[in-house]
Amino acid sequence: MNPSALLDCLSSMSCIVTQLSTGMIVGSLLFLVAAGLTLIFGVLGIVNFAHGSFYMLGAYVALTAYRVTGSFALSIVAAGLGVGLFGLLFERFFMRRVYNADVLMQLLVCYALVLMMDDIVKIIWGAEFQSMGMPDAFQAPPLFILGGIVPLFYVYLIAAAALIAVVLWAILNHTRLGKIVRAAAQNPTMTSALGLNTGLIYAGVFAFGGALAGMAGGLAAPVRSMSPGMGFSILIESFIVTVIGGMGSVSGALVGALMIGLIRAFGTIGFPLFVEGLMFIAMALILILRPNGLLGKETRA
Amino acid sequence: MKQSSTFRSDFLWALLALAVLALIPMLSSSRVLLDYVIRLAAMGIFATSLNILVGYGGLVSFGHAMFFGGGAYAFALTMQKTSAPIPLAMLVAILFCAALGFVVGAICVRLKEIYFSFLTLAFQMLLHSVILTWTSLTGGDQGLTGGIPRTPFLGINLADHTQFYWFACVMAVACLLLIRTVLQSPFGYTLRMVRDSAERARYLGIDVWRVKLYAFVLASSLAGAGGIIMALFVSGAFPDFGYWTMSGEAIFMIMMGGLNIFIGPVVGASLLLLFNDVITRSTEFHGLALGIVVLLFALGFKRGITDFIQQLFQTIKNKRDAQ
Repeated sequence: MNPSALLDCLSSMSCIVTQLSTGMIVGSLLFLVAAGLTLIFGVLGIVNFAHGSFYMLGAYVALTAYRVTGSFALSIVAAGLGVGLFGLLFERFFMRRVYNADVLMQLLVCYALVLMMDDIVKIIWGAEFQSMGMPDAFQAPPLFILGGIVPLFYVYLIAAAALIAVVLWAILNHTRLGKIVRAAAQNPTMTSALGLNTGLIYAGVFAFGGALAGMAGGLAAPVRSMSPGMGFSILIESFIVTVIGGMGSVSGALVGALMIGLIRAFGTIGFPLFVEGLMFIAMALILILRPNGLLGKETRA
Repeated sequence: MKQSSTFRSDFLWALLALAVLALIPMLSSSRVLLDYVIRLAAMGIFATSLNILVGYGGLVSFGHAMFFGGGAYAFALTMQKTSAPIPLAMLVAILFCAALGFVVGAICVRLKEIYFSFLTLAFQMLLHSVILTWTSLTGGDQGLTGGIPRTPFLGINLADHTQFYWFACVMAVACLLLIRTVLQSPFGYTLRMVRDSAERARYLGIDVWRVKLYAFVLASSLAGAGGIIMALFVSGAFPDFGYWTMSGEAIFMIMMGGLNIFIGPVVGASLLLLFNDVITRSTEFHGLALGIVVLLFALGFKRGITDFIQQLFQTIKNKRDAQ
């Protein structure tokens, strides 16, 4: 506990900029994971407790793709496609069977996947910590903004996440596909009565959510060390984000993700051991004041 | 009238359970077996207390381990810091969990479904963070070590392993009987009605919030009792007791055992403990093996084992009736 360090930081512009950039990349990554989670919840009405494993798989797939091709951009694409495909298979073979079961059965199936994935990753990539290292393209001196140090890669990462967010927003709000997805979220029975294949929509959304988590894992690979079980903490954090923003709301996820990113970045300075606690306090406070999250709709009956 | 007769039959079941448990140390002196039953006592109480909320109240709490861990820490700390006799320390720990349950429950039970689940999770992780951070009191991530003094009380000496076995069994049976009695009481049926239709209950003049809160406090206190047995068993308390994986395990046990039959969570606890022990011993890929088992349960049976058996009997009976 060192609140005075936090005050010192807040009174120096360079420290604020540095921490702000850290908070932004944490928030960007969290947003990508949480956006998929909240989209799956909004459309399918299920909570994908295996989402952290998708993120983990994305990081490892990106690692292998990077070692093979040497291109970071390609490895992100590989992570997105690979995990998207994996999500599709998981949905078709497992999740689909428990759509009508209660939430606990879904939890059980997802937890089984989490347990298995951690071991499968251990078998394929090994149990020890791995790291991708910074790709050559980003081996540049950091930027100095207002005295704060911002690694070049952070800028690219935030830009990439922002690009994905804009594309996601455009698809959801300005294309026919987006309209169909929103219709399925609003009223699945009516949507299928209108001749749209809801099963296909569900599978697509699940795969897409998986792809977002996979890309997040890939983007995080250069700045995070990888180990089996790395999905756990991101899962918990992205749950906090989706709950803060309101389950099912993509823009809520963006607000929540940035909030948690900033809490993490500045909380580490003042209360290094209690960062998790701070995040949970934020979540508890928001749920107490707004029981459906910041931008959440009334819970579906 | 009816109520007293169900209580009598429950009481007889409890006596029968104790008799069976009493036979175990006579038939086998295996330490592994006795330890297994002691752990089952702790986890059985814990899982059944969660099922008051999940199965009977429709309140899926993701944070129930906060009371398991809370009970373990409160008990172990009282024993270490004061010279209180064991029953008094147990009382302190259970009251602590009841008070914690009252505060957390009063805030959480207002929320709907998944939001309730996540808010309970938030409070649990908050407690877990406090345990990790408050090193001077709790020992931080090393856990509360240094042992728990086992001063004899009322002629019972818990330092003796067989007596401790007895103590755990009696505690478990007494707690389960208590839960059973409450669930069969008018309050228990009110709770079921609130689960099935809160709206209808409200129209009948039932204070839904209060019913849920009472159930929450009861479940919290009993989870604390489970934590006490676990603290005594491991002679300390560890942050994992209050971690979300512990809550997850309890949910697992309920789902594996079945949530519609009273004894289901205990059956689930016995299965999960057994799987854990067997799998840990036979393979290093613990998660993979357990994951496959869980998947078989979830996708094969689609319900807990006791629910499955009950339905099996029902189908057989229906067939016979049809003939």
